[in-house]
Order: sequence, then structure tokens, then C-alpha cells
Amino acid sequence: MSFLQVSFYCFSLILIVAAVRVVTVGNAVKAALYLVLVFFSAACIWITLEAEFLAIVLVLVYVGAVMVLFLFVVMMLDIDITRMRESFGRYLFTGGSIAVIMVIELGIVVMAGSFDLDRVPRPVGHDSEYSNTKELGILLYTDYVYIVELAAILLLVAIIAAIALTLRKRPKTHYQSPSQQLTVTKKERLKIVEMDSETNRSSNRGSSS
Amino acid sequence: MIPLSHYLMLSTLLFSISIIGIFLNRKNLVVLLMAIELLLLAANINFVAFSHYLGDAAGQVFVFFVLTVAAAESAIGLAILIVVFRNRQSIDVQDLSQLKG
Repeated sequence: MSFLQVSFYCFSLILIVAAVRVVTVGNAVKAALYLVLVFFSAACIWITLEAEFLAIVLVLVYVGAVMVLFLFVVMMLDIDITRMRESFGRYLFTGGSIAVIMVIELGIVVMAGSFDLDRVPRPVGHDSEYSNTKELGILLYTDYVYIVELAAILLLVAIIAAIALTLRKRPKTHYQSPSQQLTVTKKERLKIVEMDSETNRSSNRGSSS
Repeated sequence: MIPLSHYLMLSTLLFSISIIGIFLNRKNLVVLLMAIELLLLAANINFVAFSHYLGDAAGQVFVFFVLTVAAAESAIGLAILIVVFRNRQSIDVQDLSQLKG
């Protein structure tokens, strides 16, 4: 067994075990941390497939951003885990049988021989001059440039949607309105009162005390 | 060497595990969203494996866009989750029956 094979099967084993833990552990914080492990081993498997750029993107974007988002949301919610666990295994039989049938069906198709080494040989690896990032970059900014722009718009829409959904006006919050502040005139704020000068103030204060 | 079918089998297993997860975690919307992330990851493993074995980098470009969509999806999903929790004090899927669907 070559080093590549050993590492692939090790990472696959870690990935499967961690994925099982994600869906069975119940506690959302632990599930998020196991999900980090899943993504990390998936990134390692992608490196065995010479997709270095995507592997690093997976670690940076998923482990760095999305998982932290998940953890923040879990911390913001006050979840009652014991109530969650009550009917945990109720649909285990239905879901398990559907999943087993799916694995058997897909296994028959995948293992039938169409994807064996003699049909689809593993390509010889690139030399050390090859840059996966450069190749992807050339593809992204020539053939797929409009789709990149669409993806950018999609992310913008997602930002706006997430902010608009979670934004709420608190009724007791005091805030300034700059437009109103700027349109204020002297008339609204300053009032000059005409009155006689008071001369006997000191004698009044003396008599009241 | 590792045949392509082993990579495909790995993603099949990952896919079915997350299907089980969707059935198991009906009480917890957060873990449900995590199971959806696992589904997308299984599809991505297929894309990367085919891209390597067929020698076409376009498969990796697709993974790039799937990652974009998945990030947008989880951001909006978590925002909806927070709104649901704010209004109902629970993230149980069974409590979300207002629309009588």
C-alpha cells in the first residue's frame, strides 16, 4: 500500500466517523465541532485529488467562517437539549432503511466496474511546476467570468437578506436623526421672551426663606 | 492505486449519513442545517473526484460555485432560524405548523 492509499483510507475513516457523530451527538456545539473535523478531513481528501486551492478554501471559508457562524448562532439560542432528545430515535427506522436502500442502490451502480482502474485510470500527478490555483483562476476569469459575477451578486443578496431578516427596531432605543437635525432652523429652537426686568429678587428670596 | 469508485462510495456513505441525520434531528433545526452542509459536501467530493480522474478542471470550478451557494444558504438559513427562535422560543420543526401545510 502506498502512502497515498493509507492516507486516503485514514481520512475517509475519520470523515465517516465524524459525520456519524455530527448527526447522533445531539448537542449542537459538539455537532458543530465534529462538523469542523468532517470538513478538515474532506479538505485532506481533496488534497489527495490534487485540488489544493479548493481544499484550502474549504478550510478557510467553511471552518473559518461558516462554522464560527454556526457556533455563534448556537450560543445565541437557549436550547433545551433534554427536550430535543425525547423523540430522538423515533424516525431512526424510517431514515435508516431509506439510507441503507440508497447505499445499496448506489453501491451496485458505483461498484459495478464502470469506475474501476482499468476503465478510468488514475491520472499521473502533475509535476512540481503545476499550480492548481493558477489553472482555476484562468478558468474562472475567462470562461466562467459571468458566473463569477452572478455568484458575487448572490453573496450580496445573501448579506442583505440575512441583515434584513434579523434586524429589529427596539422601541426603547434612543437614536439621532441627522436629517432632522440638519433641517432645524433658529425659529424652532430659540425663543426670545420680552419681559420687564425684575428688581426685587433679593428681597423676595429673603422673605420666602 | 485508489480507483474512482472508492471516492464515489465515500461520498455515497456521507450522503446517506446526512439523510439519516435529517430524519433523526427533527427537533433541532441547527443540526438539520449541518446535515444539509454534509449533503453538499458529499456532492462536492464527487465533483472533485471526477474532475481529477477525467482531467478537467471545470469540475473544481463547479465546486467553487457550490461552496458559494452553500455559504449563502447557511447564512440565510441561520438568519431564519434566529427569527423563528425569537418568535416561538423553540427551534423544533414540529412547532412550525402555522401555515397548516
